[in-house]
Amino acid sequence: MKKSFFLFVSSLLATLAHADLAVFATVPEWGALASEIGGGKAKVYTATTARQDPHRIEARPSLLAQARRAQLVVATGADLEIGWLPLVLRDAGNAAIQPGQPGYFEAAQQVRLLDVPTVLDRAHGDVHAAGNPHLHLDPRNLLAVGDALSRRMAELDAANATVYQQNWQKFRARWQAAISRWEAQAAPLKGLPVLEHHTSYAYLAHWLGLRIVGALEPKPGVEPSSSHLSGLLQRQQGAQAAKLILRTAYQAEGPSQWLAAKAGIPALQLPYTVGGTAEAGDLFGLFDDSVQRLLKAL
Amino acid sequence: MRQTLLSAMIAGIFLPLPLLAAESADLAAIRSQIAEMKQAYEQRIAALESKLAAAERQTTPAVAPAGPAAAEPAAPRSERGSSRASAFNPEVSLILQGQYTQMKNVAGRGITGFWPAAGHSHGGNEVEAANRRGFNVDHSELVLSANIDPNWRGQAILAMRDREVEVEEAWFQSLGLGSGFGLKGGRFRSGIGYLNEQHPHMWDFAGAPLMYSALFGEHGSYVQDGVQAKWLAPTPFFLEFGAESGRGAGFPGSERNRNGAGSGAVFAHIGNDFGDSHSWRAGLSYLKTATRQRLAEVHDANDVHGEAGLNAGSQTWIADFVWKWAPDGNPKYRNFKLQGEYFSRSENGDIGCAAEVSGSGEACSGTRDSYRRRQNGWYLQAVYQFTPNWRAGLRHEQLAANSARIGTLAAAELGSENALFKDFTPKRSSAMIDYSWSEFSRVRLQYAQDKSMQGLTDHQWTLQYIMSLGAHGAHKF
Repeated sequence: MKKSFFLFVSSLLATLAHADLAVFATVPEWGALASEIGGGKAKVYTATTARQDPHRIEARPSLLAQARRAQLVVATGADLEIGWLPLVLRDAGNAAIQPGQPGYFEAAQQVRLLDVPTVLDRAHGDVHAAGNPHLHLDPRNLLAVGDALSRRMAELDAANATVYQQNWQKFRARWQAAISRWEAQAAPLKGLPVLEHHTSYAYLAHWLGLRIVGALEPKPGVEPSSSHLSGLLQRQQGAQAAKLILRTAYQAEGPSQWLAAKAGIPALQLPYTVGGTAEAGDLFGLFDDSVQRLLKAL
Repeated sequence: MRQTLLSAMIAGIFLPLPLLAAESADLAAIRSQIAEMKQAYEQRIAALESKLAAAERQTTPAVAPAGPAAAEPAAPRSERGSSRASAFNPEVSLILQGQYTQMKNVAGRGITGFWPAAGHSHGGNEVEAANRRGFNVDHSELVLSANIDPNWRGQAILAMRDREVEVEEAWFQSLGLGSGFGLKGGRFRSGIGYLNEQHPHMWDFAGAPLMYSALFGEHGSYVQDGVQAKWLAPTPFFLEFGAESGRGAGFPGSERNRNGAGSGAVFAHIGNDFGDSHSWRAGLSYLKTATRQRLAEVHDANDVHGEAGLNAGSQTWIADFVWKWAPDGNPKYRNFKLQGEYFSRSENGDIGCAAEVSGSGEACSGTRDSYRRRQNGWYLQAVYQFTPNWRAGLRHEQLAANSARIGTLAAAELGSENALFKDFTPKRSSAMIDYSWSEFSRVRLQYAQDKSMQGLTDHQWTLQYIMSLGAHGAHKF
């Protein structure tokens, strides 16, 4: 009895003690990046999966419990997590991860955002004042984000600073080589006109030179309507005809499949983030699979 | 572009001169001067541009701890064009909420067997809010919130009604206490129960459950003027404890103008996920407060109207749970929510007549005798969102009034036939369907079969709208 109690207490203490840097990543891409940098030294919790719409997460009790124990929150920012993260941060009773503290990191602060709206009006849908937050789909952005994140992790966990820097340098070299590879592979995609479900692929298009000719959502965050889809179908007659329809794992397949069938073009689900497809097991897989799927659909 | 403009300007200034000085040597000298100036300007511009680029890159802290530059969320970037002072304005949101109600006209509408929560009528000649029918802009709220400094956050909610603005909430909350602690002070919705902290615009049905109306009156929530301390345990699942101390002026307590606390509450919440698709929270709460001269209209043995006054301590236990499901944890297209709460309230004190109706001739003797009562009730509701826009829900609720045990002296004077003291089982069943154009706008149709008043079945139809403008903050789980 006494022994089992001792075991219980020691295991409890083991879970309470922060042996590793406890990282709370809001979305899978930052969880994967923090794991690459952290290696075995960081314990990374990822709050959402690739099958969840990052705009529509609830401030679940489990998220509060994890944020309470985190030393570093890695968020996208640009209002992507505005529906839940501010609440989680405020109610977590954790001073270290409040915005303004070293324990709060925003990827959107490290790169230049696309689609910064000139007019802020909800009549235009669920607009993000700071710009399009789906910034991880330009792999060059991960260089800037990872660079800043590795320095932040080193700052918070000085004992492992060299490990984080080494891991990052190794990842960085592999990543730069991979970018060149993907760019070479994706050369035939340049100028390809595509439709997207939501404005999820602005950065991917910007990087690969895809031409986004429209979105299935009439306004960002507003579900595709039949009248809007019919309008898109009519536009397929003109010069703006799309060759592909892109969507993520968390978006309903109905609208893109309807339009794809009517317009006679493929509807393609891209992984969008780590875990979005079976092949997208890590960040390399995410872009390998994205490029391969695009090429195959061509 | 800038350079060509600049050189054109410079050329514009200097060109007339060479025309006047006709000598070609001078001309050449001037030309070379212009060229030099142009080059100098270009170099300066290039230097400035590279400086600007460097400054932009530096929004990331280099090695130093995250200074305000990195800490400040994307706001500065987006607000480049606007005035700097207004960038610190609080987040403002306005909730527009109103409804059309069709139901029976029942004067003094209440819940049979439950003490009416006084002090909630708005305006003298108006129809009492609970019995307002037809079109009704019942509840619009103005919400102001912002971080005060790195340590505190503040929020005020003003509820607007005709000729009246009510301070519904006005509190500050700690941000940086750490170790799982949180502190809140001011006027705030108490953390007891599940629905209590939620504002009417977050409710899944038009109107609070009977349970909340019976417990806390018309507004359907218990509001503290006081302080709240919370502690989140460092466990892998959610475990939270809270304690509150407040003025205790709100029903079931009453204004007592005393030193010290007029009400106290403690609560514990536990919650977690089951896989990706399920999450839940359960809670247990206790509220202790007291009332002095809580009044209600009674009829004595001779059917003479009078008023009873209660002095009592009031203790309430609430057990609550909520379970949410969404396929893969993605609630956008389909999700389901099941929630229920149970309460048990005991009130022990003394009762006597407070006043008789003028002209009745009966004297109020001032005799007081014991009053003991234990009441309970529950509700269970389920809401299913079956498309991104449509939701449907059912709610059933039932209370047990249980007879009051009143001492014989008081019972003789107050009369034994008052429905207020009798056992009764108020019930109500509701069905609703609502449509949301976006997360900011919703319209709801609700039908309720209300049997909360003895001898009356009220078929209530409600058409309600809820619109939120401006910076709309996150909702609690």
